[in-house]
Amino acid sequence: MSDAAGNAMLRVEDVSAGYDGFQALFGVSLEVNAGESVAVIGPNGAGKTTLLRAISKLIGVTGGDIAMEGRSLKSVPAHEVIGYGIAQVPENRRLFPRLTVAENLKMGGFLPSARARHDERLAYVYSLFPRMKERSGQLAGTLSGGEQQMCAIGRALMSGPKLLLLDEPSAGLAPVVVQSIFEMVKRICAEGYTVLIVEQNIRQVLKVVDRAYLLETGRIKQSGPSAQLLASDEIRKAYLGI
Amino acid sequence: MKSSLAPFIALAVLALVPLMGIGNYPLHLLIMVLLWGYVYTSWSIMGRLGMVSFGHGAFLGIGAYVVVMGWNSYGLSPWFGVPIALALTAIVAFLIGYPCFRYKIVGHYFALVTLALSEVTRLIIVALRDQTGGSLGATPKTALAETSWSLGALQFSNKIVWFYVILVFWLLGLWVWKKVDESMGRLALEAISQEEDASASIGINVTRLKLGVTMISALMTCIGGALYAQYQLYVNPETVSGIGISLQMVFGVIAGGMYVRLGPTVGAAFTLLLAEGLRLGFGNKYHALDSTVYGLMLVLFIIYMPKGILGAAMEAMGKRSAPQPKPYSR
Amino acid sequence: MSEVFDIFLLESVLNGLLLGGLLALLSLGLNLIFGVIDVVWICYAELIMVGMYAVYYFHVVFGWPLLLAMLMGILIVAMAGAALHYFVIRPVLAAEPINQLLVTGGVLFFLQAAATLAFGIEFKNLGVTFPPIVVGDISFSMPRLIAFVTALAGMLGMYLFLTRTYIGTAIRAISQDRTIMPLMGVNPNRIFLVTSALGGGLAGLGACLLVLQYDIHPAIGLSFGPITFLICVLGGLGNMVGGFIAAFIFAQFISVGGFFFAIEWGYVIAFLFFIGMMFWRPQGLFTK
Repeated sequence: MSDAAGNAMLRVEDVSAGYDGFQALFGVSLEVNAGESVAVIGPNGAGKTTLLRAISKLIGVTGGDIAMEGRSLKSVPAHEVIGYGIAQVPENRRLFPRLTVAENLKMGGFLPSARARHDERLAYVYSLFPRMKERSGQLAGTLSGGEQQMCAIGRALMSGPKLLLLDEPSAGLAPVVVQSIFEMVKRICAEGYTVLIVEQNIRQVLKVVDRAYLLETGRIKQSGPSAQLLASDEIRKAYLGI
Repeated sequence: MKSSLAPFIALAVLALVPLMGIGNYPLHLLIMVLLWGYVYTSWSIMGRLGMVSFGHGAFLGIGAYVVVMGWNSYGLSPWFGVPIALALTAIVAFLIGYPCFRYKIVGHYFALVTLALSEVTRLIIVALRDQTGGSLGATPKTALAETSWSLGALQFSNKIVWFYVILVFWLLGLWVWKKVDESMGRLALEAISQEEDASASIGINVTRLKLGVTMISALMTCIGGALYAQYQLYVNPETVSGIGISLQMVFGVIAGGMYVRLGPTVGAAFTLLLAEGLRLGFGNKYHALDSTVYGLMLVLFIIYMPKGILGAAMEAMGKRSAPQPKPYSR
Repeated sequence: MSEVFDIFLLESVLNGLLLGGLLALLSLGLNLIFGVIDVVWICYAELIMVGMYAVYYFHVVFGWPLLLAMLMGILIVAMAGAALHYFVIRPVLAAEPINQLLVTGGVLFFLQAAATLAFGIEFKNLGVTFPPIVVGDISFSMPRLIAFVTALAGMLGMYLFLTRTYIGTAIRAISQDRTIMPLMGVNPNRIFLVTSALGGGLAGLGACLLVLQYDIHPAIGLSFGPITFLICVLGGLGNMVGGFIAAFIFAQFISVGGFFFAIEWGYVIAFLFFIGMMFWRPQGLFTK
């Protein structure tokens, strides 16, 4: 991590955030470098989703700063964050159930800059997920869980982001499907996207990402390369049940 | 001790006001405040439980027109007209209330359905123009040609009599409010306005409770309509039914504060004095200038003081007000 | 209004069909606003009244060509819709729903009174007459036919807009999931404003069609406001297809009911039908 000094793609510095009256993050700092895949792992209620929401500005940040490629997001409203090249796949997919797959993808490319490249991006997403092409006219609410996740990731890719934020992609899916979701994440990383992923399924996600942070009760407890965390006694005992 | 006596002293003072020789106009205003205070209180008995009715103009209109038409067309004394009006009101309230509560038609739906009800009532009154005089309104045939009062026709030329009659009904309204609170209990009160499914599981029949409260509220409003007709000795479809008066009731209540027992009355005083003040202030030079300003003030009022005058005042004083169920959950 | 209903039952049925198109257009705007912003504009019909006066003034008083005056009317009501959202709805979006309903009720009062103040209570009309179209024994009123065709075209245009454009798709998306819209780069406030302007524009189009048939006065909104609400409730609030079908059902009641009785009774019968429907299909005829 020699380049951590100044040219990280995403830099989260001493961030505090929460919902009215309830603080969920206490001075969280982390970095994601270009081309890297990084996970934030931790138990339920640790503040993982809050962290992603804070980065996307869906909730207010009460302290600290978040910067994308050196540009602070402090006074950027939520709907402009995507313009900085940050796309988020929200928890539970959150597709528009009564829009078709194609329309959901279209919404992902809503930004004027993305609209010009709609056809090109769509072809790319379809090449990544051929299933989405077959289902393009189907209402998103009728897709299976795994297909919904494909659609949600595809929707985020439509804007041509530099950084992809994935919020619990495996949550609520059948074990068989979970496996394929992580395959999908691996492919996204291989495509050259920088990925920040939040997961409870620690064993699986650590096999996919380069580095990880352990978040507990709103604070970063540990960080390091995946292999190192997988080998850490604390994590093995507390989260992997070994 | 001191606080429990205060309302009675205030009431005694109020009861003595007309005997102090105030002019006819101030007395008229006072009567109108009490009358509308009573009607607004009737509305709030269901409104504050989350059943926001925009249709009380229907009940007011039935009360006013059945009594007046009974007297004019069939020579029926209001003493018989009022029970007929009440029966009709009960039927209408049931026909609207039952499907709404049984099938949980709440919120915007309920408001729109009741809004249509009040407008349909107005249309019926207009459509029966041969009997009702249509949109020109109607005047009860006078029984006061030779005397100054007639108990049988419920007509009194002396405003002081009306003051006491209406004062009694106003007090009755406040008493019913209190009784509804006490008899239903906090649990039912909260159940009725928010946790429908949860309350059904603990054995509270929400449909019946809501229907009961609606009946009380509608019947009281119906009596208000009859009182209005007998006091004013003039009814008009626009002033006792339809969208206008129905919205006006809700405005008054919101302005005063829906969750405080005296809120609706304060709202009645406020809206009435505001309308009168604007009317006198602008005179008749510009037709409708007063109502334009009135409408604008209502809009500003709802935006900037959503809890109402009394509600906001009590909040400012840090006083705990009555239980405040959510107006309604969608 | 009643002079349109005469002679033949078949004629009333056909006229009801024509009226249905118009009512469907009126309910579409209200449904659009409700579906997207979750607010009911009680003053919707009063916006139409404003549009009717606008067309009247530009055409009769300022002497503009009728079509141009109508375009101006649509534009003015669209702007009024946006202004209504910006100045009145936005401040109460987080308030209790009753206040949201009531605040537009206040606007209803205000618009009625302001129209009385500005235009007086006299009835006004465009003074345009069209010859009736006679087919065999049946005659149609030309303005009704124009209204029907235009209303259908307007609805088709709205459908294409909502399905083919980015903003239109975003409008449908935001009604399904409001909170994640910023993740798409969509500013919800802007979409609300656009939707309000669209709703206003539909009211403006309705005004253009109504002004061909009816006299204008400050309380004209009350003649079709409540019926529009009932249509929306019967079709399921926010359900545009349901509202479309319900509009044609109601129009038959008004038209055929008005044929047998006075026009007010047509409304009363429609309302009684509505109450009956509530016992049968309480969640609206066409809920999803």
